[in-house]
Amino acid sequence: MKIVALCGVGIGTSAILKVNAERALERLDIEADVTAADIASVKLAAADAQVILTSSELVPSIGKTNADVIVIDNFFDLDELTAKLEIALG
Amino acid sequence: MSLPPLPLDAIDVGLHVPDWRAAVGAAGAALERSGSTAPGYTERMVAVIEEFGAYVVIAPGLALAHARPGPDVLTEGLSVVTLAEPVAFGHPHNDPVNVILGLAVTTGDEHVHFVAELANIFNDSSIIPALAAAPDAASVRSLLGIAAPTGEDASTEEPQ
Repeated sequence: MKIVALCGVGIGTSAILKVNAERALERLDIEADVTAADIASVKLAAADAQVILTSSELVPSIGKTNADVIVIDNFFDLDELTAKLEIALG
Repeated sequence: MSLPPLPLDAIDVGLHVPDWRAAVGAAGAALERSGSTAPGYTERMVAVIEEFGAYVVIAPGLALAHARPGPDVLTEGLSVVTLAEPVAFGHPHNDPVNVILGLAVTTGDEHVHFVAELANIFNDSSIIPALAAAPDAASVRSLLGIAAPTGEDASTEEPQ
């Protein structure tokens, strides 16, 4: 299982999303590899990913992908992350 | 790795700004004042939002302004700006914003380590309104639980 946490420049917001996605996965007892990526590298990073986590603002920049794109509104809300990951992976 | 120290210079409380650009500008000015960045980094933080939109508004009321590492980042740093009146960044869910964090890192990697600390602080949903209501820089730093830089003493604190 591979999950990509996506932000515009690949530092800051994607790293926060990665850290909190890992915490949410731990709650769900799901093993997955979470990678932080930026828009420039998302094609490569998400080529074999099941899920892309990102902000609604960045969805149009992702382009064509086979991964499920999950929009996270509050990157610090573990309940939101857990619920959305559970739906996507359940 | 823990968060970089937060000098009082890097904190600006209760600013009045007309729009998101001025808010990000204030976070950039605070990074410059504290010695973390050179002029130019602020413009790059604004350019990130111009290019990619308001995704930096990562929680209700909170923007994490940042740009890629570059020669204008002298040392890793964090700044905190709170606004007297919130401004819109254009985010569909998390507007309006009244707390702006400015973040400058020298490499992508070191950053990923200390960002876990930021998550620990901000996963508590009461922190953003508490920061927005903080009366002065010392209260902001104390709410965040981030260390003062080595050598800073009471004489360097801003008059209140």
